[in-house]
Order: sequence, then structure tokens, then C-alpha cells
Amino acid sequence: MTILACLFLTFALATVAPWVSRGLGRAGGWVLAIAPLTVAGVLVSYLPRVMSGEVIRESVAWAPELGLTISVGLDGLGLLFALLISGVGALILVYAQGYLGGHRHLPRIYAFLLIFMGAMLGVVLTDNLLVMFVFWELTSISSYLLIGFDHNRVAARKAALQALLVTGGGGLALLVGILLLWNVGGSLNVSVLAGRAEAIQGSGMYTAIVLLFALGAFTKSAQFPFHFWLPGAMEAPTPVSAYLHSATMVKAGIFLLARMNPVLGGSELWTTLLTLTGATTVVLGAVLAFRQTYLKKILAYSTVSSLGLIVMMLGIGTTEAVEAGMAYLLAHAIFKGGLFMVAGAIDHGTGQRDAEKLGGLFGAMPVLGVVSIFAACSMIGLPPMFGFVGKEMVLIAVGKAPVWSEWLTGAMVVVAALGTAAAILAGIKPFVGKRIQTPHEPHAPGLALVLGPGILAVLGVAVALLPSVLSGPLVGPAASAVLGLPSEPNLHLWHGWTKELALSGGALGLGVVAFALRWRVRRFIEVLGFFDRVGPERAYEVGLKGLNAVAKGQTRLLQNGYLRSYLVVTMGTAVGLVGYTLWSRGELTLQGVSLDLKWYELMVGLLIAVAAIAAAVAKNRLMTIAALGLAGYGVALMFVMFGAPDLAMTQIAIETLTVILFALVFRRLPDFRSISTRAQKIRDVFVAGLAGVMMTVLMLLASRVQIGSGNSSWFGEQSYIGGHGRNVVNVILVDFRAIDTMGEITVLAVAAIGVFALLRPGLIQPDQKETPL
Amino acid sequence: MNSVILRTATRFMMPLLLLFSIVVLLQGHNKPGGGFIAGLITAATFSLHALAFDPDSTRRVLVVDMRSLIGAGLLIALASAFIPLAQGLPLMTGVWTTIPMLGGDPIKIGTPLLFDLGVFIVVVGISLLMVLTLLDSQEKDA
Repeated sequence: MTILACLFLTFALATVAPWVSRGLGRAGGWVLAIAPLTVAGVLVSYLPRVMSGEVIRESVAWAPELGLTISVGLDGLGLLFALLISGVGALILVYAQGYLGGHRHLPRIYAFLLIFMGAMLGVVLTDNLLVMFVFWELTSISSYLLIGFDHNRVAARKAALQALLVTGGGGLALLVGILLLWNVGGSLNVSVLAGRAEAIQGSGMYTAIVLLFALGAFTKSAQFPFHFWLPGAMEAPTPVSAYLHSATMVKAGIFLLARMNPVLGGSELWTTLLTLTGATTVVLGAVLAFRQTYLKKILAYSTVSSLGLIVMMLGIGTTEAVEAGMAYLLAHAIFKGGLFMVAGAIDHGTGQRDAEKLGGLFGAMPVLGVVSIFAACSMIGLPPMFGFVGKEMVLIAVGKAPVWSEWLTGAMVVVAALGTAAAILAGIKPFVGKRIQTPHEPHAPGLALVLGPGILAVLGVAVALLPSVLSGPLVGPAASAVLGLPSEPNLHLWHGWTKELALSGGALGLGVVAFALRWRVRRFIEVLGFFDRVGPERAYEVGLKGLNAVAKGQTRLLQNGYLRSYLVVTMGTAVGLVGYTLWSRGELTLQGVSLDLKWYELMVGLLIAVAAIAAAVAKNRLMTIAALGLAGYGVALMFVMFGAPDLAMTQIAIETLTVILFALVFRRLPDFRSISTRAQKIRDVFVAGLAGVMMTVLMLLASRVQIGSGNSSWFGEQSYIGGHGRNVVNVILVDFRAIDTMGEITVLAVAAIGVFALLRPGLIQPDQKETPL
Repeated sequence: MNSVILRTATRFMMPLLLLFSIVVLLQGHNKPGGGFIAGLITAATFSLHALAFDPDSTRRVLVVDMRSLIGAGLLIALASAFIPLAQGLPLMTGVWTTIPMLGGDPIKIGTPLLFDLGVFIVVVGISLLMVLTLLDSQEKDA
């Protein structure tokens, strides 16, 4: 149960994190980081077993009736991702303390970050697809909160919504894909499905399943044409960008593709789709990165490019390619996470985020400079950094690709060159050369800001130098989980004087030249400016505008704010549907209906009727309220007579509160006047009468049907035995149907928030007709 | 409102009404009652207080902000759903334990009771949030 406990504890910690942060002040981030470190420690302890090929399983029944079990299946792939999530997560929690220290909402971001961390761990650890989907959606929702952290700015809100809509839309496609796969494969467990891969790939649904899964993965991992949300999401505070948009969330899509590879992979459709999408994205990302000068934007586009690279590797699908993909994934998380954190530290220390306006900072912040240059070298792919190992493996794999090998190799060289230029611009240029004036005097960042990128920089070298201790145990099992075969990747730094080395050298040279001539290259690339006008982001905006227009139109039509028209529509629909059903089934006869009325029942009925009529004809509001209350108490009396004391009590309590609320609301309204015309009154009487007649007929017809309901007797029996209660109604509410009640109180709470937002003190001004929202 | 009779009566009524609502909450499992009804009774009680005095003094009596109360209630209800997981049972399974009482029948306590408590708190929070906010805007007009 250890792994599951880790998962739950992360969420539990998220609920108390704001108080921990507030209580501990500047130590908050450091203390909270202990949690993900512990998780990482627990995961590492499983490493030997995972390396031997074992899959560690744990499970807890969630909703067994729906086939939902929260089950963990820790294999090499999951372990690699989970270690990245928890390890980088710990660094980020510390970094956030340094970056946002003193921010009013710092405690809040810890809760969001921990929720996100738990959700990501859930995605990579569970082996049930539906449970994975729930966590998958939770990452989208928590990333919405994280990107929109600075919610007072329009740009942040817009970016957050964009990320949510794009990834959420992909999530819906994924859900349909999962359901189809469940239908075809008969299981939600990936390892079981892998055994039935042949049957699944042979079925007619296969194409649809692949496309839907790809849609989910591509939106999440910012693949073309959905890449635009990722640079937009740079509106988030830097800790968030470093965590979500380099190391973890954007890799969830890659994780999904890797996880599904044994089930869906290997076919021509899969290979073509992934290779082409990945190749397009890798080139596009690298080129677009070149247009940017803002540190985080450069890094964001280069992340898009790297993600495309890994998707392409999964598409090629050979042993070398998958191993290269996993190695590059690890390398990328290490160097890009570090570079993002450096970018944030530079911004924090100088107030400048434009790389072209930064230079010569080494003297002011030497430690950060060293760290940054290390990370940039890894991104360029220089030895002895792990980035070099990753890049060499990619070049080898591309060279051996079964199709399009030459094309892909050529593209890789161009991409590597552009990547080199981007890395120099974002990671090296700010620190070397002539000192350029910054908005405020540069000051060296504190320990919290340097620790994270520093550790990652050291790791970048250590992982490369110690392949058998650090990279081997992580990359090998991960690749073998993706391939379904044992894998022994060659992760050594030195492969000899190979063709790949020559290509790397060429790319490096090209990259340096491109950096030196970057102004000219940019002018050349500006041709791509038309992308802004007709590109996918534009399509998103037009789509969103259209959606809003449709929503506005139908709201105007159906929810025009006139209570009377709501009532007419609601009643009319109800009467129409019920009446038609009864009529078409020939049930509209009063045969067999018996009225067995006691005199006191008749009295209560009359009381209600008189009260209702009084409410309708009353000449002032107070009388109307009182009359309505009377009708309500009459109904409660009815409940008492028919043996439903719970209902009666609830009705009386509700009626009391309603009268109070009515009285409070009515006093705010303008004078009570009769403004309806005669025709309107006739219409109202007609609608009300129709509704009343329908209800009466329905009740009479219902009374002649004797339903021997199985449910009620079962509830009656089980109430005491299973629910330990004699009050069946209450046992149903809080035990048998508790999930319904949970939903209801949640809805009530949301409604209360709405009411509060509308009535909030200060919003209502007596002489203001309409309140602006 | 400024009525000495109402205020004095409220002072005497409040403890009784609140006690009654707790009885209703606790007996709900075996006799008519439960978290929802008890919540409404409690809300009505405090509404009486707010009408007799003013919304701000009711807030002082209540101490906590109603918005926090709603959140707390939802969390309590949610927490009760997760307790069975610790024992390896499916989510939302009722888990019961018996507390022996000196010289009396033992008392059974279970997660449904906790859930009902959550419902109770949410209902109190929601009803009072609405009533108190509406009363506020009344005061402003006056």
C-alpha cells in the first residue's frame, strides 16, 4: 500500500499546504518539499525490483460496480516519470518560495502545485485507463489554476482558459477513445490489453481509437497543430512553467503514447501519424523559437520542438528510437527545467526578460551563470552533458529509421542547429559579453532560486558520467516497458568517431553561425508571420468567439430573464410531454380510479387550494407570501397523514426559511402593482390551469397502479442490517445513495456562491438599475 | 427590527432550538430527522437571531464565516467517503465502530454520521449565507 499511500498523502498535503506555508513563512517551501522527496525515496526503493522486470501492483476498490479500482502498476516507464514528477517537484516547491516569496497568494500556489503533483503521479502510476483519465483531467484543471495564478491580469486568464480548453477538449476525445478500447478489448488494464493487441488492431474501431488517443496526447503534449497553448501558458509564474511546461504535464501526452505503444503501436497508421506529427512539430517548434527574444518564450517553443522529437521517436518505434526517446526525455526534463528556473531567477534579479537586452550578468550572479551555462550546454548537446548522450542516441536512431531516414536526419541536423542557437541566446548570452543596463541593478539570487537549477545542472553531468548507476536503471526499464521487450540501451558518453558525431559537430557549427547571424535569420523567418493570421491559434480564437456567440444567442432566447416566460416554457413542455405520452398509450381514462377520501384529507386539500387561490389574487406581497407559506404547511400536513414524517419536517423547515427569504427579497422589489394586461392574465390562468389539471390527472392515474417495488422492500430490509439505522429515508440519504447527496450539497454550495456573488454587499446600490458584473 | 419582546424571547429560544436541532441531527438515523432537517432548523434559529438583532451581531455569535463553513462541510462529507479506503473497502462504504458506554447501551458511530454532519454544516452555511447577505442589503437601504 506504500505507493498508494504516497499518492493519497500528496493530495492530503495539498489541502493543508496553505496553512503550512502561512505558518512557517519563509521555511514553508523547504518543509513542504520534504513530501515529494519522501515520495521519490519510496519510489527509488522499488528500483531494483522494477529493474528486474517486475511490475509492482497495489490496489484499492474505488467503485467496484463500475469496474473502477485504484490500482498501481509501477513499471519502468511509470517509475521514470514518477521520479521526474516527485524529484523536480521537490525542487520547484523550494524554488517557488524564492520566486514568489512575499507574494500574497504564495500559500495558494502550494496547494495547486501539490494537487497537480498528485494528479500527475496518478496518471503515471495507475494501470486502469479510466482512473488514469480522472487524474489526466485533474492535471488539466490544476494547470488552469496554476497558469491563471495571477488572475488579475487578462492575459493570464486568457492563457489559462486556452490551455484548459485545448487540453480539456483533447481529454474528451481521449475519454471516448478509452471507452471504445474498453468495448473492443474488454478491459481497462493496459497490461491485459497488451495481450490482446492483435485483436484490437484487427478490429474496425482501431483507426478511431488511435486517432482519439492521439488527439488526447497531442493536445496535452503541444503537438502541431495544438502547440500554441504552450507558449501562451508562459503567462504562468516561472515555477509553474518550469514544472508543468518542461518537466511534467506536457510530457503526459508522451507518457500516454508510450504507455499505449504495446497495445496500439506497431501499425502503419500509428507509425505514420506519430512520426509525421512529431517531425512537423520538432521543426516548427525550433523555427518558431527563433522568432522569440523573451527568455521563457524561447524556451517554450524549444520545448514544443523537443516534445515533437520524442513523439517522433515513439513513432519510429524501433528499439533504438524508443531508447533514444526515453533518454532524451530524461535529458530534456533536466536541462529545460533548469533553464526555465534560471530564466525566472534572471527576471527576478534584473527585471528584464528579453534575452537581447541582457548581457554580462556573470559578474553580478556568478553561480547562476555557471548553472545556466551547464544547462545550455546540455541543451546544445555538448559532452560531457547528458543532453549529448540523448542527442547522439536520437541521431543514431534516426539514421536507422526504416522509412524517411535521410529526410529525418536532415531535419534533425537543422533542428539541432536551431536548438543550439536558442540555447546560446537563452542560456549563455545573458551572462557573457558586454554588460547591458537592466531595469533594476542585478542582484545575486538567493539559495532557494539557485538550488533547483543547480542540482539539475549537476545531475545533467552526473547522469552522463555514471550511466550504469543513474541513467541506465531509469532509461532501460522505461524503454523495455514501452517496447514490451528487454532493453539495454547504450548510454555511454563516448561512442567513438562516428557519423553521428560528425553530424553533431556540423549542427553545432551551423548553430553558432545561426546565432551570430540571428537578426538576418529572423527576418527570413518572419515570412512565417502569416501564421499568426491564419494559424491554429487564430482558428481557436475564431472558434471560441463563435461558441460565445451561439451561447449568447441561445441564452437570450431561452433565458431572457422573464420569470413568466420560463414558467410558460417549463409548464408547457411538461404538460405537452406527459399529455402526449398518456394520450398515445391510451392511458387517458379514469377507469379503475377510486377516490377513497377521508373527511380530514379533504379539509387539508381544500385549505391548500384556498391558500393557492389567495396567493394568486392577493393585493399585496406580504399576503402572497403568507398564503404561499400556508399552502406549503398544508402539504406538510399531508405528508404527516401519509406517514412521511421526515418529509413533513423538511417541508416545514424549508417553508419557514422560504418565507423569511421571500420577505427579505420582496422588500427590495418595486411597488406591487398589477401591470399584466387582460390577455396576459388569461394566458397565465390557462397555463396554470393546464399544469394543475395535468398534475391531478397524473396523480389519479398513478394511484391505480400498484407497483410492487423491489427497491423499497430491499431498502427496508437492508436499512438496519447494512446501514445500522431504523430511519430508512435517512439511511438512503447518507449511506445507500450518499454519492447523490454529495452531488446535491455540492450543487447547493455552488448555488450559494452564485447568490453571494450577486448580493454581495457593495454591489447593490439603491439607485442603480443594473449591476455590472 | 427593534422589539424588546422578540429579543428577549430569542435569547431564551436560541439554546432550546439549537439543542433541538442537534437532537434531530443525532437521532436522524433511527427516527425522523437527519443532517438536512437539522441544518434547516439551525439556520432558522440564527435567522431569528438576525431578525431580532442585526446581521452583524449574528455574525459575531457565529464566529466563523459562512463561506468557510460551506467549504468545511463539503470537506467533512468528502472525508467520510475516504475513510473506508484506509481499511481496503470501496469508497463510501459505511464503516461503523461501537463505543461502549458505562452503565448504558453501547453507542454505534459510523462514517454515515460524519457524512450527515457534513450535510448539516453545508446546509447551515448556505441558508445563513443567503439570509445574512440579504439582510445586509436591507440594512443598507434603510
